[in-house]
Amino acid sequence: MKRELKRVSIVIFIMFLSLFVASTGIQVIGADTYSADQRNVRSIYDSYKTQRGAILVDGQPIAQSVKSDDVYRYTRRYDSPMYSAITGFFSIYQGSTGLESAMNSYLTGQNSSQFFEQISALLSGNPVTGGAVELTINPKVQKAAWDALGDKAGAVVALDPKTGNILAMVSKPAWDANLLSVHDGQTSNANYNKLLAAKSAPLLNRAYTELYAPGSVFKIVVSTAAIDSGKYQPDSRFPNPAKLTLPGTTTYIQNSGEGRCGSATTVSIADALRLSCNIPFAQLGVAIGQNTIADQAAKFGFGKTVKFPMTSTASIYPSNMDDAQTALSSFGQYDVRVTPLQMAMVSAAVANGGQLMKPNLVEAVYSSNLSILNQPSPEVFSQAMSADTAAKVRDMMIGAVARGVSGNGAIPGVSVAGKTGTAQNGKGEPYTLWFTGFAPANNPQVAVAVVIANGGGMGQSGRGNSLAAPVAQKVMRAVLGK
Amino acid sequence: MTNVAANLPKIVRVIPRNRNIEALLLLFAIGINAFELSQVQLSILEVLNPEIFLYLLPPAFLAVILHGIMRLRASEADPMILPIALVLNGLGIAEIYRLDLGTLANGGTEVFGVKQVIWTVIAMAVAAAVIIYVPSHLFLRRYVYVSMFIGVGLLLAPMLPFIGLNINGAQLWIGVAGFTFQPGELAKIALTVFFAGYLVTRRESLAIVGRKIFGLRIPRARELGPIVTIWAASLVVLVLERDLGTSLLYFGLFIVLVYTATGRAIYVVVGLTMFITGALVASRFMGYVGGRFDSWLNPFTQANYDANGGSYQLVQGIFGMAHGGLMGTGLGGGIPHLVPLAESDFIIASLGEELGLVGMFAILVLYLLLVSRGIRIGFNHPDDFSKLLATGLSFVIALQTFIVIGGVTRVVPLTGLTTPLLAAGGSSLLANWIIIGVLLRISDSIGGGNRTVNL
Repeated sequence: MKRELKRVSIVIFIMFLSLFVASTGIQVIGADTYSADQRNVRSIYDSYKTQRGAILVDGQPIAQSVKSDDVYRYTRRYDSPMYSAITGFFSIYQGSTGLESAMNSYLTGQNSSQFFEQISALLSGNPVTGGAVELTINPKVQKAAWDALGDKAGAVVALDPKTGNILAMVSKPAWDANLLSVHDGQTSNANYNKLLAAKSAPLLNRAYTELYAPGSVFKIVVSTAAIDSGKYQPDSRFPNPAKLTLPGTTTYIQNSGEGRCGSATTVSIADALRLSCNIPFAQLGVAIGQNTIADQAAKFGFGKTVKFPMTSTASIYPSNMDDAQTALSSFGQYDVRVTPLQMAMVSAAVANGGQLMKPNLVEAVYSSNLSILNQPSPEVFSQAMSADTAAKVRDMMIGAVARGVSGNGAIPGVSVAGKTGTAQNGKGEPYTLWFTGFAPANNPQVAVAVVIANGGGMGQSGRGNSLAAPVAQKVMRAVLGK
Repeated sequence: MTNVAANLPKIVRVIPRNRNIEALLLLFAIGINAFELSQVQLSILEVLNPEIFLYLLPPAFLAVILHGIMRLRASEADPMILPIALVLNGLGIAEIYRLDLGTLANGGTEVFGVKQVIWTVIAMAVAAAVIIYVPSHLFLRRYVYVSMFIGVGLLLAPMLPFIGLNINGAQLWIGVAGFTFQPGELAKIALTVFFAGYLVTRRESLAIVGRKIFGLRIPRARELGPIVTIWAASLVVLVLERDLGTSLLYFGLFIVLVYTATGRAIYVVVGLTMFITGALVASRFMGYVGGRFDSWLNPFTQANYDANGGSYQLVQGIFGMAHGGLMGTGLGGGIPHLVPLAESDFIIASLGEELGLVGMFAILVLYLLLVSRGIRIGFNHPDDFSKLLATGLSFVIALQTFIVIGGVTRVVPLTGLTTPLLAAGGSSLLANWIIIGVLLRISDSIGGGNRTVNL
């Protein structure tokens, strides 16, 4: 029986080995993932046992835990609704969202990088103190974006194209996170339900989770695809009719002015972008084909979520379209859907010589004794196009602002590259208004995307250039100090 | 002058070396338990109070009595089994006491600690009785068929009308006059005795295999009879008691013993194939079992998480263990009560949270040591019945530990079994301490050169 018993012993050993492996998987390898799960309330309980770390902008707390007299010992205090799209909320009853959720393990001091602090806390008997998260946000730019949007529903995302650092991120209407961090359950729940029920839908994050039809700003993506393919140049010309019947259908499309795009019988891609004409882009899109556009869109980040460290919604370029749908999608209609963050990434890629940097919101994480726990360094997201293509697309975008229909993005004394968009959302629905661009065009310091939802309160009479471009212009000026 | 001393008969004295080792280890075990209990009090009450002795002394006292009995009646019994069992049982009591303090602090009233201590005392007393009144390992062999009837009876008891109870979807309990009991825990001992006795008499004929097909020696049809019977019985348990774990425990035990007795791997292959097929078919037709499978494979999907009897408990347990991380929160420092049944089915998640991966490994190593001491008896004992009995009882502990902790850590689907010696629950304590008693009793009769030492 000895041989059999040996084998039985081996089987027992393997059974236990699997338990060692599985518990290591849960308690060490997966620990950070599990503690970040929204349904895990332990970190919330923990945070009331220890002082949760602050969220800082330029060294000033925009969210911090202050002492309270009740059993929770600390309460979360938010500085201003201006940052609600970034911080999210941290609530006993509603869990957490935004950065509060994405950086939770650091804020509570439970991240594996805080191991030595945990050990020293274990030995000294003191509670672990949370890490403080310093953001890449520039408070002046954030304020400019906040003020410029006014009371319109919409969002602004501003990036540093060279690093991917997020300089401003605003979503409006905003909300006061203090309403949800109160310790009284009835108040917190009532406030939450009120925010949920509000018609203006303040809890939607319009900067990185809501999707919008891009309209003409998508022409930047199609232009890039065409030029980067090597088959087209900015001066490649297309027929210039006033109406174009969509292939395989009897419906026709028009340019936004309902006329031709300039007076000539043909029109260049550069002029079509400058004057934002739909018909040349419809022809260009069908000519290069949806696969080329889809590949280009993917290089810009379409179809992917981005962790910055919150997780964005993936923008959509539809697949399996017929030629009519391809034509419509080429000027940002049909089922193309984007987040403002995505459009800021498109501009940032063009601005940075075709190299797209991964968006990032965290400058550094500090431990309670101010040593740096984590300092994300700039990461390349993709090489979205060649440097040569980037220069050509940039020049086309400069033309759109300097001599075209995107003129309200212009800043005196600075060369601005940009593109407006005015997307239709179906019959009778208000338009979605856009501007995306960067400045200074020859040495970009900021790439920006602005979306104004619900037509900016003007139904179908508002335009991207009239409502969104001025907002973007103010944001860029704030960055440049002009 | 003749040497007087040389002519005297030699004085033969038994040196209870094993017992001296055991005494030392017991002191150590009691010390660890005292340390755990004081940590619990300091962490939650922030002061030590004499209530500690209520939880520390009764098991310690019983352990000393067991030790004394063994010095007189089983001086060569294995020295590690009792200290390991005590340390595990004490750790369970400390964690249950800790959960009680948490419950009381939160305004709850349902406590388990004192009950657990009482059951521990009863269970250890029964273990002592086993060592005293079961005179030799061969005694049990006389009752092989009686054991079968007792085992089957206990197994089927929860299905009886009036006394059978369904708790959390599994029909594993009986309830009489307000007391609940899990008879399956005791059935595993009776069935091990039966399997060991039966296989010792039948091993020769079971070992004869028939023709070779595809390189495998296929057992003769009539030798498959008992396997089919046990397989059918475990499926009946699965279907009627609705618990995969219990069913797997008995069947796994049987297969391992058949293999150990006959040395024919074909029984393992055939048995496992039959069991897996049966379980898969059952899970297809029984929503409850199928649901547990789905919760096991996809616990984090919102639908499973929200489902009644879904993965909520499993996920919360995983969150708890992850919360503990490598070093744990310390006893009393975590929030284990967020997991339903933190004191019984999920006590390992509570301990994983508060003692961390380090503590988890320590607990697993303790079980592994306990089981290896039992298997060692199987290796060394001269008598085949005792070999099989010790192997079977040790394997039952190993398999049950694997099924329970594996269920909590997602190695296998979650079932309704309890962690041996740790979890709150009288039936489980009683059964496992009886196993400890029987293992100690058998280990004493290994014999060999080290039984007596000439001075």
